[in-house]
Amino acid sequence: MSATIEDTFGGTGRRSLALPVTGLWRNGLLAAGTWLLASAVTYGLPDVITWGATELFAIVTLAGAILFVALSLTVHRLGSVGRTLVHYGPWFIVLGLWLAVWEVLTAKLGWLPKPFFSPPQGLLHVYVTDWERLLICVAYTGRLWGLGFFSGILVGFAGGVALGWSKRFAYWGMPLLKLIGPVPASAWIPCTFFLFPTTFHASIFLVALASGIPVAILTAAGVGQVNRSFYDVARTLGASNRFLIFKVAIPASLPNVFVGVFMGLYYSFAVLVVAEMLGAKFGLGWYLQFNTAYSAYANVYAALIIMALICAGLVRLLFVVRDRLLGWQKGIL
Amino acid sequence: MALALAENVVSNSIALDIEGVTHRYDLDGRDLQVLDNVSIVIEPGEFVALLGPSGCGKSTLLRLAAGLETPTTGRVLEDGRPIIAPDPDRILVFQDATLFPWRTVRDNVAIGLEARGLIRELEYRIDEVLKLVKLEGFADVYPHQLSGGMAQRAALARALVNDPKLLLLDEPFGKLDSLTRLRMQNELLELWKSAGFTALLVTHDVEEALLLADRVIVLSDRPASIVAEVRVDRPHPRRRDDAGLVALRRALLEKLGISHDV
Ligand SMILES: Nc1ncnc2c1ncn2[C@@H]1O[C@H](COP(=O)(O)OP(=O)(O)OP(=O)(O)O)[C@@H](O)[C@H]1O
Ligand SMILES: [Mg+2]
Repeated sequence: MSATIEDTFGGTGRRSLALPVTGLWRNGLLAAGTWLLASAVTYGLPDVITWGATELFAIVTLAGAILFVALSLTVHRLGSVGRTLVHYGPWFIVLGLWLAVWEVLTAKLGWLPKPFFSPPQGLLHVYVTDWERLLICVAYTGRLWGLGFFSGILVGFAGGVALGWSKRFAYWGMPLLKLIGPVPASAWIPCTFFLFPTTFHASIFLVALASGIPVAILTAAGVGQVNRSFYDVARTLGASNRFLIFKVAIPASLPNVFVGVFMGLYYSFAVLVVAEMLGAKFGLGWYLQFNTAYSAYANVYAALIIMALICAGLVRLLFVVRDRLLGWQKGIL
Repeated sequence: MALALAENVVSNSIALDIEGVTHRYDLDGRDLQVLDNVSIVIEPGEFVALLGPSGCGKSTLLRLAAGLETPTTGRVLEDGRPIIAPDPDRILVFQDATLFPWRTVRDNVAIGLEARGLIRELEYRIDEVLKLVKLEGFADVYPHQLSGGMAQRAALARALVNDPKLLLLDEPFGKLDSLTRLRMQNELLELWKSAGFTALLVTHDVEEALLLADRVIVLSDRPASIVAEVRVDRPHPRRRDDAGLVALRRALLEKLGISHDV
């Protein structure tokens, strides 16, 4: 009886261990297959609608396929990077398939027609020809977002602590916050024009508002929810009000604050387009509007992908910061 | 080791006077009387134990002595002055350990010193008290990685590091196994003898009260009033099979409403 249990457990253990170490990375090979398919379809079938960079896209996907073949032989020697790659193996396979299907539906069959949809090479063409302008836009947007987001979460955090801590603050502040919270950013444009010396300042204000409000609301809720006994303990140990705020209320509510910061991050990206309506000369939001106006949807998609990637990268970074600061939660959650 | 904690001996204990204290809570609109005209006079350096049924108001009494609450009527005095706010001279070890989950054991113990700006001079004490409660190997772990009894010992260390003049203990050994419990009782006794603080201990354990305290006070069911007060004038170390203590134990259990011989 016990022998069979040991067999079963030992057996599965050995099998799951053995695969990635010695064998081929099967999903890597499959991914190479789908990417090769995408490449073959792109190169082999004629375009019904012409776009630039068709051959370049075929080359890129072919390179991807070759890379996956190489990785399927070597991935087990790459340590933690290798393990991450193996983890995302199924995604790579589906990505190749997706590229092939996308290619066929747009450029090869024309079922998804030209101004509204773009084949992958259309986006590639945008990156190849318009990269300088895109880079400048990323820089401009980065400056606006950075100033807006960080000032927003700083003010939101401080305001949230005050709202959660002080009854009088909450009496006046909470109703205002609840009124301001749901107002869409574009509704602020008229008064921001009046209140701020330049349109750039007005744009920063809009981004700050979008990121600051969720931080303020969640921080206030977090500070309000702190277990009263923590305050009792600290007070018997001689804590001043200052200590209670900075060493009890704030650390105890930090998990909530981070939820607010994550929300603020998403809202701040959503509001960038509106913020860059205010007479910006460059910026991803401006780029989106400009190209939408000219029906250059390939450019729009290209810029959207960049925005999505930047946002995902920032979310990732925020997770790292959170895990640093909230390491103590690891065993609790 | 206990001696080291008491090195700057000035006046290291205070007198606690509880004068005719009645206390009421507002329990969702319902008036709940918890204490009924309780008077206890505790001399400086005395060790008093409080016994009483669950929910009678023992923790409430300690909160009043700590200054976390003010009595509805009556007065609570330290050395003759009314207690109106918490003060690190009077430290309460809560019934639940209530360690701060975002701080390691060491940083939890450091809270009192940090709050009073003494951390630089007195940091060495943290290691001393951690050794005293046998947690020196767990200084850098987080509270959720401790057992219930270890958390209680950490909470005790967090109080002791401040060298209190009045130590209020709310069932501090409730979660300990009987062996650790015995050892911690002895450590507390040693510490009390060397540091000389006044101690007020709430416990469910009659034997514990008799082994440790100079005086045992029994409270009635809610609203609590004093139903018995026994002086235990046996020298330490006391033996639990001491004939006098056994007799006292029987008498106290009777007062608590457990009349059959256990
Ligand atoms: N903050 C509060 N608000 C309202 N009622 C309270 C509050 N704290 C305690 N009580 C009530 O006061 C009574 C006494 O509580 P207390 O904690 O002092 O009991 P206790 O003697 O310590 O009990 P135990 O031995 O179970 O710890 C209980 O009935 C409780 O419901
Ligand atoms: Mg209690």
